Amino acid sequence: MSFSAFFYDKRLRSVLFQALLVLSIAFGFFWLIENTVSNLSEQGKSVGFSFLSQTAGFQISSTLGTWLMQYEVGRSTYLDVYFIGIINTFVVAVLGILAAAFLGFSIGIMRLSNNLVIRGFATLYVEMLRNIPLLLQLFFWYFAVLRSLPSRREQTELFSSVAGINITGLYLPAPIAQSGFMIVILVFIMAIIGAVMLSKWATKRQYKTGRTFPAFWAGLGLILGTPLVAFLALGSPLDWSFPEFKDTGPLLRRGFQSGTGMVIVPELIAVWLALSLYTAAFIAEIVRAGILAVAKGQTEASYSLGLRPGITLRLIVIPQALRVIIPPLTSQFLNLTKNSSLAVAIAYPELVSIFAGTALNQVGKEIEMIAMMMTVYLTFSLLTAAFMNWFNARVKLVER
Amino acid sequence: MADHKHSANQNSGHAFVRTENAPLLPPPATEAGITGWLWQNIFASMADFSSAGASLRSACVAALTVFLLYFGFAQIYTLLDFGVFSAVWSDPDQLKREACWTVDQGGGLPSGWHAACWPFIYAKHKFIMYGAYPSEELWRVNLSVLLGIVGLAYVLIERLPRRREVGAMMLTLYPLLCFILLTGGNLAIPFGSIGMWLIIGLAVISLGRLAKRGFLGPTLSEFHALIGLTGWAFVIYNAVRGLGAVDFGLEPIDTRDWGGLLITLVVAVTGIVVSLPLGIILALGRRSEMPAARLICTVFIEFWRGVPLITVLFMASVMLPLFLPEGVNFDNLLRALIGVMLFSAAYMAEVIRGGLQAIDKGQYEGAQAMGLSYWQTMRLIILPQALTHVIPGIVNTFIGLFKDTTLVSIVGIFDLLGAGQSAIADAAWSTPVQATTMYLYIAIIFFVFCFCMSRYSIYMENKLSKSRQH
Repeated sequence: MSFSAFFYDKRLRSVLFQALLVLSIAFGFFWLIENTVSNLSEQGKSVGFSFLSQTAGFQISSTLGTWLMQYEVGRSTYLDVYFIGIINTFVVAVLGILAAAFLGFSIGIMRLSNNLVIRGFATLYVEMLRNIPLLLQLFFWYFAVLRSLPSRREQTELFSSVAGINITGLYLPAPIAQSGFMIVILVFIMAIIGAVMLSKWATKRQYKTGRTFPAFWAGLGLILGTPLVAFLALGSPLDWSFPEFKDTGPLLRRGFQSGTGMVIVPELIAVWLALSLYTAAFIAEIVRAGILAVAKGQTEASYSLGLRPGITLRLIVIPQALRVIIPPLTSQFLNLTKNSSLAVAIAYPELVSIFAGTALNQVGKEIEMIAMMMTVYLTFSLLTAAFMNWFNARVKLVER
Repeated sequence: MADHKHSANQNSGHAFVRTENAPLLPPPATEAGITGWLWQNIFASMADFSSAGASLRSACVAALTVFLLYFGFAQIYTLLDFGVFSAVWSDPDQLKREACWTVDQGGGLPSGWHAACWPFIYAKHKFIMYGAYPSEELWRVNLSVLLGIVGLAYVLIERLPRRREVGAMMLTLYPLLCFILLTGGNLAIPFGSIGMWLIIGLAVISLGRLAKRGFLGPTLSEFHALIGLTGWAFVIYNAVRGLGAVDFGLEPIDTRDWGGLLITLVVAVTGIVVSLPLGIILALGRRSEMPAARLICTVFIEFWRGVPLITVLFMASVMLPLFLPEGVNFDNLLRALIGVMLFSAAYMAEVIRGGLQAIDKGQYEGAQAMGLSYWQTMRLIILPQALTHVIPGIVNTFIGLFKDTTLVSIVGIFDLLGAGQSAIADAAWSTPVQATTMYLYIAIIFFVFCFCMSRYSIYMENKLSKSRQH
């Protein structure tokens, strides 16, 4: 075999090329690591995760994370700070996803209305919100809207003094579980399981006998009714701590009293508003495209079979639209979760802000801390990707 | 013929047969004119009272319509009132913040006034457009932007000749020119080394030519293309370096003095110019048949797509200095640019991969049957189709990137939003409406850019879907 034939062998060429590629990448990594090691030793730093057990010496504004982790300056560790960051990111993500999905579906359906006012409003909403950067919207809500709330010694009452809002946050009554409340939660979980089983049984029976059963309403009644009955039967084992507002007495003591009620910090409100309003515009477009993607013949065929419009929508249009909607919808949810990192700009204590911001400035372990932070987001993404693959495989059209 | 029919009807003598044409009636009121339009677009959706459920739905739609009409107009009026009707437009007495103070604050405006303070924007306009770029050198920025607009317009107008060549120049020479214009060029690169490498490059090219003619034996002649390519790479790289090292007599301007819209455009344009070729390579790698290449590209793409841009920027500004050998120091802007490039390349790769997947398998097979090599197939057959196919996707990625450039303000670079934020902090203009005015102005700028791009993307989408129907 001549050299040229050897060189033009397709398999050999591909092996050679891949070996070169892997080698050069390995070399690149080696180079980076070597630089890093020498730079670190130059600065007198070591690599390691022992800093996680050190105590953190900075204040974090009170949020669900600090409450769940019992955060205390001088006692809690950097690992606690990490978990507080994850919890707070999670809180924003879940609240944002719920609001954005609800609003997005509403706006998306409104965009398809044959009523010009409704359609026009939805179009205006989508075009306005989609074309303005999220960070600018966040600044607008935080610096322009929420900063114009009453000062910390004043308040705007909501729901006749049960709740109130001022520049330090939204104050709501806090539920305090009494003994026996765990039973109500247990009943609630059982009711959900019961409702799922009921709907399975109803489907099975319908396939067998053709008789329908109002599984949705029965399930809803089960999920809401049984815990309520249990709650009342146990003598309402839930107390409320109302926020206390003082507008008399020494000036510095006025305002909402700490330790009463539940406070939602304005940063959370701003992030939540900005994220959900912005993402809703994208979800609306996805929903619209998904519904338009269902061929008109499907609806017409369903009508000609005698199905009523409501049933047509529920059994024919929505299942097919969801096949188109869900994959981009999931990636919008993921985007929302990733975008929650913008909260660092207004110092809401989420992962980037407290761990890669404040804690990093104190500890100075750039590599470890940024890697830990990225791991969280990568895990979210990989889980979402796994879900999407599972879903796509499940709803894939069976082609014959 | 008509007469014949007519007479036949008359002759039949049946009473139900018409003997003359029915009179032309006007269209029903619900179909024509303003009433018809109103009916079809508004009232038809709330006119079904055939059953209890339908009546309820109609009533709900009617209530929603009234509410949205009120709410929408209230919002639009608030916006117009804030920005136009009640706004302060001029500050003839150079009062600065007092021009936008109400009586309660010690100014002259009526109590409760809340509207835009445009003199604040005039005063800060240079800063939020160019940052601290020296005033007498602004022509350099303006020239770069003007060249960019002219070049872009040329590429977008479809009747002009040689658009492809102009487009290639916009992606290669234009960024180089902008770099020299904006920074001043005159990099500290010794001309000796550039000259030496240029000569080596030319020598390698001639070696390749000789090898091609077979003067250097059969083994080297197999590699003539590779040798030639290496030579050209040397020559082009050093020509670029040489151009950067030439002293054009422009005053050097540190990137710390750049700011505002200038930075926003620099970050966005760099992102797109770099992400296109990088994205193409990554997309080809991810669809390649070589497992190692596929794995590396997939991991790269998924990594950057899996983390938020803000963490990438943090990483670029904090970790990049650690990764590089001692003495190599990047300025802040370049670090952020590297982060943005890697990030947008991953997104671009996924868009292009979508285009590659949409190409019919027959195109690959046809190219193979013609005896084209892999790179020939890609360059001549697949990529032109795939890229045209995903122009809307590329434009949408660019819109996203353009909006995301605002995040660089978090790592301390004064882009449009960052410059706006620091302008707001100016106490000389401190008024309660300062922040809102600035946000409104920045929002208008972003809206105009993004809206135009999204219209273009929709236009291309319609055009492409029409051309695919043939």
